[in-house]
Amino acid sequence: MHGPAAKLDEDFAAKKKSNLGLVLFFIYLLIYSGFVFIGLYNPELFGEHVLGMQNLAIVYGFGLIILAIVMGFIYNLMCTSIEIKMNKK
Amino acid sequence: MIYDASVMAVIIFIIFVGAVLALSFYFAGKTKSASNYYAAGGQIHWGVNGIAFAGDYLSAASFLGICGMIAYSGYDGFLYSIGYLAGWVVALFIVAEPLKRLGKFTFTDALDSRFNSKSIKLTASISTLIVSVFYLIPQMVGAGDLVVPLLGLPHWAGVLIVGSIVILIVATAGMTSTTYVQFIKGSLLIIFSTILTIYILNNGLKLPSADNGHQFIELDAVFTNGKVTGTTDPAYIFKNSYDIDKNLTFVKFEKDNITQWFKLNKESGKLSEVLFVSTSEDGTKLYNGESKEAKKFYQVGHLSKIIVDGKEVDSTGAVGPFEFLSDIEQSELVRFAKKEIKEEKTTVWYQNPTQGKKMVTPGLMYKVSSKAGATFWDKMNFVSLMLALFLGTSALPHILIRYYTVPSQRAARKSTIVAISAIGFFYILTLYMGLGASINGVLDVESSNMSGPLLAKYFGIGLFSIISAIAFATVLGTVAGLIVASSGAIAHDFMDKYLDMKMNDKAKVKAGKYAALGVGVFAIILGILFKGMNVSFLVGLAFAVAASANLPAILFLLFWEKTTAKGISWSIITGISSSVFIILLSPTMYEKYGIDKTFAPIPLDNPGIISIPLAAIVLVVVSLMTQKDNSNKVENYHLGK
Repeated sequence: MHGPAAKLDEDFAAKKKSNLGLVLFFIYLLIYSGFVFIGLYNPELFGEHVLGMQNLAIVYGFGLIILAIVMGFIYNLMCTSIEIKMNKK
Repeated sequence: MIYDASVMAVIIFIIFVGAVLALSFYFAGKTKSASNYYAAGGQIHWGVNGIAFAGDYLSAASFLGICGMIAYSGYDGFLYSIGYLAGWVVALFIVAEPLKRLGKFTFTDALDSRFNSKSIKLTASISTLIVSVFYLIPQMVGAGDLVVPLLGLPHWAGVLIVGSIVILIVATAGMTSTTYVQFIKGSLLIIFSTILTIYILNNGLKLPSADNGHQFIELDAVFTNGKVTGTTDPAYIFKNSYDIDKNLTFVKFEKDNITQWFKLNKESGKLSEVLFVSTSEDGTKLYNGESKEAKKFYQVGHLSKIIVDGKEVDSTGAVGPFEFLSDIEQSELVRFAKKEIKEEKTTVWYQNPTQGKKMVTPGLMYKVSSKAGATFWDKMNFVSLMLALFLGTSALPHILIRYYTVPSQRAARKSTIVAISAIGFFYILTLYMGLGASINGVLDVESSNMSGPLLAKYFGIGLFSIISAIAFATVLGTVAGLIVASSGAIAHDFMDKYLDMKMNDKAKVKAGKYAALGVGVFAIILGILFKGMNVSFLVGLAFAVAASANLPAILFLLFWEKTTAKGISWSIITGISSSVFIILLSPTMYEKYGIDKTFAPIPLDNPGIISIPLAAIVLVVVSLMTQKDNSNKVENYHLGK
């Protein structure tokens, strides 16, 4: 039968981490969808200046990239903390 | 375009390729088992694996394709950067850890972990092969494009060099050497892209000058009965004129027995010089009326007006990253648009002055604004692209197999975060590299893929040589990863598991190496056949096929208890066939076949919006119809339990 390439210990935190991942995924999906919806229904809005001389397209685009990185770090911190608590034994 | 090979470029290229091969032979001695060959023994450090992920992901499509697309179409190219990076959110939050827990060597192992089903083994291995081949084509095309200016060799030679080196790498050491090659290449690509961006910002915005690129000439037209019949300069002899549409007229002249084409500006009565390639009766191609070697086919893309704080200036001097974007937004640049004049077997690229504002907002390539005439299907194309990019990353087999090279789920998660950070940073740089290429007179209208490397050449041959060698290594590494994934699908999933050939460890590695050779030769042939196709367009299609074929299967396996083996298999079959079918009938492919694109029966270029939901629906329906099969599934691998 199949199994992982490296031997893995049982992970009691899997369910909790999976739920956390789903929550963060849906938050990001919502913000990403916002970008697509502006593109569909009011693309002219992308040309409006929202931060100094930067338009919404630049701010939203850079924002989506930076948000993914920041959320990745938050997810890792929270997962590590969950693993320490639940995999103690 | 014709390029001279530089000695420095050749030396740096040889050093890079030599180092990659040396690394492969070093690791070849250590690759004894199947676990080592397919998954690097599962012992790669998460930091190294994270950068190797970036190396895998930042393929020809990212560095060559996106930079080129931004250079030609502004922000619409950056949509790819946003979508490609967003795809990693799905990979990190949903797929990384569960997949690590479920799999052994390949993505098929993970899908099949609960079922031990022959149909999953067969369909998933076919899916891996098809997606990998779709992804291989643009890499090979990109390699061919690169060697033309780098080594002065023809396109096919580049494809052949990449194919041969990669077969050698993969056939010797497998995943371990591929990982380290990707780690080194990923690091260098990010470092040198940062250096290139610093050069761009330091250079600022400049109007073209006499010693900086070709000065396009403008003539006054002479009209007879409202038609152009000559110019005020008697040296130009009128030959013919063609009205392409009501706003577009091209006029053919001859000067000193050399043909020249101009575009008529109907408002001002001026004739603007264009670039053109024509095919003569004996099949010879002429570039701006002369042979390619005459080097009269110029690099283009320049600013026509620079506005800073409401004032028109000739240059800005060094600028900061945000100032660079806002200065471009206020200024005006000249892009080049392409048209065919079939009667004359001539392709012309004419000047198309574009407001800077249009370069930093969506709309030049993907029409989204109803005010600009966007139709329902134009908007669906935009949504389909964003959906395919978002969902495609977590479904790419050569990315998925990298989760098996690390020792634990935590390492899989951490390496994904390293990857997101590195890739995200690089994607921000793509906007600067693409826009930098669009304003510094470096664009080759025949190949948008070369915009990044040619921009580096503008700043110095040394930087160009290093960046091109890295880009070449990028292709090498990505192709190596794809061939490992493909050989795993053939030797491990199909021969060993599906055909039940009961191979021992040594035989599995041997079969993998032969499979790598076969896929490599096939990739070389495709790379030569698909010359001239847009790298990013092809990768966008690979993402759509991957997302349609694999992602519903992965997500439902992880989150829906009622998923059955038959549901997964039929979903994969539906995803592959519907996405490939829509691609083959798309307007862009019709154009490639030489048929009017308005005849395309499906007015979508990217199939994701139809094929991804369709595959998911089929999975649900078939699973519900085959619930009795689930009595045999292997419960102890179920997630979240």
